Amino acid sequence: MAARPAGEVTPVLTAHGVRRSFGPTVVLDGVDLAIRPGEVVALLGGSGSGKSTLLRILAGLDADAAGLVDRPKDLAVVFQEHRLLPWKRVLDNVSLGLTGPGVRERALAALEEVGLRGRDTAWPVELSGGQAQRVAVARALVREPALLLLDEPFGALDALTRLRMQQLFNRLRDQHGFAALLVTHDVEEALLLADRTLVLEDGRLVEDSPVTLPRPRTPDDPGFGTLRRHLLDRLGVAA
Amino acid sequence: MTTAAGTAAPAAVPAHPLDDADTPAPAPPGRAGRRWQRPITPVVLFGVWETAARTGLLPPHKLPAPSDVLAAGWRLSGDGTLLVHLLDSLQRAAIGLAVGGGLALVLGAVAGLLRIGDDLVDPPVQMARMLPHLGLVPLLIIWVGIGEELKITLVALGSFFPIYFNTYAGIRDIDERLVEAARTCGLGQLARLRHVVLPGALPSLFLGLRLAIGAAWLSLVVGEQVNAQTGIGFLMMEAREFAQTDVVLLGLLVYALLGLLSDLALRIAERRTLSWRRGLQAR
Repeated sequence: MAARPAGEVTPVLTAHGVRRSFGPTVVLDGVDLAIRPGEVVALLGGSGSGKSTLLRILAGLDADAAGLVDRPKDLAVVFQEHRLLPWKRVLDNVSLGLTGPGVRERALAALEEVGLRGRDTAWPVELSGGQAQRVAVARALVREPALLLLDEPFGALDALTRLRMQQLFNRLRDQHGFAALLVTHDVEEALLLADRTLVLEDGRLVEDSPVTLPRPRTPDDPGFGTLRRHLLDRLGVAA
Repeated sequence: MTTAAGTAAPAAVPAHPLDDADTPAPAPPGRAGRRWQRPITPVVLFGVWETAARTGLLPPHKLPAPSDVLAAGWRLSGDGTLLVHLLDSLQRAAIGLAVGGGLALVLGAVAGLLRIGDDLVDPPVQMARMLPHLGLVPLLIIWVGIGEELKITLVALGSFFPIYFNTYAGIRDIDERLVEAARTCGLGQLARLRHVVLPGALPSLFLGLRLAIGAAWLSLVVGEQVNAQTGIGFLMMEAREFAQTDVVLLGLLVYALLGLLSDLALRIAERRTLSWRRGLQAR
């Protein structure tokens, strides 16, 4: 690998020339991507643009994709649906696959962080949509990932719950300092959470721009509207 | 994909965990109030039967009174005859079920989990399913004789198909997204089998077992009427020769009770094991 310029850190994830087609349809046509440690990157794109496909490839869930992906071992995924195992209680879902001492305590601590300490013995069917998604976040967090991949994690939630989840995400990110790739179709969400936004169009990344707004951010911040307008333009939404 | 396979329809597993539709529907109003009406017809029928038999309207060698059947049950339980035959029948059912069910579980899992298993195992099983297994009795007599092997083979054959098809369907119907999530949690193949596939297929396995037990009793009824020396079926055939219609009816009653009790036991086990489906279980 070529020598890096001084001051540049080793990315936590790199992807080179990622290609994926389903039959004759080319969904990803050579995507290059690098995420620095602790960086939150939002991946935007219209529906069917291949955002989720890219995330699945980065997560190592797609064996039929071409290209090089260098992913960290400690990686966790939060999907659009909570994907909790319905036959395991909340705590056992969080600690799924964990080994070593203190698993129970670690899982309880993760539940505490998402505000669900009291629901550790509940079954997933007993949770509301927002609670279940928080458990899914706890399941990812408890692994102390260097990189978190999130596939429209708040997309299925109602507007109020989504706002709370976004605040929760920012808080957790401040505490844990994980890097994250956030797939979303919500421009506002991308601007509230991310350090950098990518736009995927026709299988390629057509936009890569930093979000320089100071934190904490709200949609009323000066400059927010301009960035929002710009991204919406890139996504092909006319004013 | 939810293919109904012969007698073995796959269990109504909640399609995916996002569904909250598993909450029990409230009983329609008036249902509880009408509950007392339900035993009326059976009680009246038994009353009519008893009266008709007592007054001689029904000849006792055709249909003895219910009380006579119960008396025969009391008599045969008292001298231990019933217990001996009952245990023999239970033993045949248990062995047959273990052999047929065990084989079905293994083959169903192989066909459900592995593509090559699906290609190699499923076609012959699908073909064999078309044979009515009770129609195989003449052939089985030629193959294994008329002894214990015949009864056990029949039970094994009867219980094989429901368990095979429900194991297969149970594994196939598992939500692929859950398997994927388990993978991202670092679960290897064996761990995924244990934490995702097995519990996910369990509702279907229970259904298969229930159907298999039903098929096992049915096979036993037929098998025990071929040259048995013991068992409930033998008791009935022997009673027929001596025109003890009450004992024949008693045998039928025992078979019915066996079916009822095994189904009940399985329902309880299912309720306990699958409490996650409703989240009913107290902490």
